[in-house]
Amino acid sequence: MYRRGFLKGLLWFLSTCVFSRNGVKNVIAGTNPDAPVSTNANGKSTIEGYDPTKHRYAMGIDVDKCIGCNRCVEACTVENDVPPEPFFTRTWVERYVIKKDKSVHVENIANGSDGPKEMVEEADILRSFFVPKLCNQCENPPCVQVCPVGATFSTEDGVVLIDSERCIGCGYCIQACPYGARYLHPKTRTADKCTFCYHRIVKGMLPACVEVCPTGARLFGDLKNRASRLVRFERMNKIHVLKPHLNTHPKVYYADLDGEVR
Amino acid sequence: MSPDSFHTLYELLGSVSGFIYPNELEIRWSILIVVYPYVTGLVAGAFILASLVKVFNVKNVQPVYRLSLLTALAFLLVAPLPLQAHLGRPERAYEIFLTPHFSSAMAMFGFVYLWYLMGVLLLEMWFEYRRDLVVWSREEKFPMSWIHGILSLFSRDVSEKAVEFDMKAVRTITIIGIPSAFLLHGYVGFIFGSVKANPWWSSVLMPIVFLMSAIVSGIALVIVLYMVLIPLKGGRIDMKCLDTLSSYLFYAVIVDFSLEALDFIHRLYESEESIQILGTLIADKLLISLVVIQILLGMLIPAGILVAVKSMKFDQELRKLLYFVSAILIQLGIFSTRWNVVIGGQLFSKSFRGLTTYKMEVMGVEGLLVALAFLILPFIILGVLIKILPPWKASELGEAKTS
Repeated sequence: MYRRGFLKGLLWFLSTCVFSRNGVKNVIAGTNPDAPVSTNANGKSTIEGYDPTKHRYAMGIDVDKCIGCNRCVEACTVENDVPPEPFFTRTWVERYVIKKDKSVHVENIANGSDGPKEMVEEADILRSFFVPKLCNQCENPPCVQVCPVGATFSTEDGVVLIDSERCIGCGYCIQACPYGARYLHPKTRTADKCTFCYHRIVKGMLPACVEVCPTGARLFGDLKNRASRLVRFERMNKIHVLKPHLNTHPKVYYADLDGEVR
Repeated sequence: MSPDSFHTLYELLGSVSGFIYPNELEIRWSILIVVYPYVTGLVAGAFILASLVKVFNVKNVQPVYRLSLLTALAFLLVAPLPLQAHLGRPERAYEIFLTPHFSSAMAMFGFVYLWYLMGVLLLEMWFEYRRDLVVWSREEKFPMSWIHGILSLFSRDVSEKAVEFDMKAVRTITIIGIPSAFLLHGYVGFIFGSVKANPWWSSVLMPIVFLMSAIVSGIALVIVLYMVLIPLKGGRIDMKCLDTLSSYLFYAVIVDFSLEALDFIHRLYESEESIQILGTLIADKLLISLVVIQILLGMLIPAGILVAVKSMKFDQELRKLLYFVSAILIQLGIFSTRWNVVIGGQLFSKSFRGLTTYKMEVMGVEGLLVALAFLILPFIILGVLIKILPPWKASELGEAKTS
């Protein structure tokens, strides 16, 4: 009798552990408390009327269109409660100057908002361009693989999210990310990174950075929707991803990416 | 995070050389994560040394058998503390046990740790000490009789058959214990070695290098403890034991050095994309800690001393002095190895275009004082353990005196 009671209790306890994984709900609710969130019978959290299995989100970056205005970074900071200090960010823009002697100068334009750190004579410049960076929302994400508690996870619609209610702040995901896209949020003491503005996209809106980009250098779309701008972008451009040799399968696609960009 | 930390980070902004990704300025795994593999290494090393006596029947090392077990336990009890203190949300650490994510090397920590503590070390110690505990609890006065009685789990049987069973059990547990010790520290190496994003860490040799350096540091620590504790207890150092220990130390250093040299040569020869930034890392940031402390002071000089002792006939006192100096230097070298792996791996940008700087806090949770406390605490625990579970009987100390 006692044994049966114990086993019942154990079963109840373990099932509670498994079904208490309301990661998506926590992410959406954490960012936007007004979002109508419910949990379906399978324990999966959904926005009403939204079916994640019907979407596959990705971003396109048209490198040649980026003018380095940094508005995307500012919009992201406001939208997602990113700390204002320059050493925590969900997205940033790198400025590349490749000189005629083939030396490469890179800087984060947000840090150098009062002008570039090192001025390069115009006559010495071979080529120059800006590259927006963010979490690559990998298909094969090393951060998800290493998270010891499953706080970082891939959603069915292809976004990598962090459940800040579950994250223990060990920093392993920060070490595992090849793109430097993650940081430990100084307020929550948990890992944080770009979510493609998940709280917006599930309602059919664009990520804040895409919304404010004045030149259309950032595009957002659904790979499962053939009419999506992103699918057209993929069709019309030579596409490259960052660090393909690491087999992470990023879902941030760059058009006209220079080989110097890492 | 306090405004002070922001102040430090703003200062660091100025000391960045080249380009780093903005989120890379802060060194996330601090001195506490240096202490963690160092301490677990000592556990694994001390245990493997103890196993030599039981599994391979090396009689010469018998005098340090119990000391090695106690050392392993003292350090094992402290091993998870730096990890716990380092977490952003330490109060959620239990999540690792409740909802472990099985693809994560780190998620296995709790299980490997508990298995090693409860399944191997405590069990082996109990069988090893059981007979003595029963005898002590009978002979001693309160409160020690009580403590020993409780520790013996109120067993009473000291018949020859029971003691024989104890010894069999110890041997069996040790046989299981060796792969467990390998697992404990090999897995710590795997945590680093499996990070493909980081070329300084990502190496298949990492677990095995960690393991060998663990054995080196464990033997060196037991040598130091033996040489300090025996005179304090009024005994005499068994030179046969010390000579054998030092031989093992020497072989372990040679294997460890060869593995690290292989790793280094392999990287240099392959000369991958990251080679330039790693070269700059060594030249600009790790020259003292890697070249001077780890390789020269921590490996070449002690290995040279041990070769000299082996090839020349020094008298006992000089031998003791040289062994002691080598063991201390080796400790320093292995701590430096951990530093170079953990901190070194975070000093360069994954863009391979620049370096950041690590400025160690002194007072904070992740600061120098806390790290020192975690390094001193095992010795205090060891002191208590030695009081409760003496590693040497009076007769053994006496025999050593007369020999």
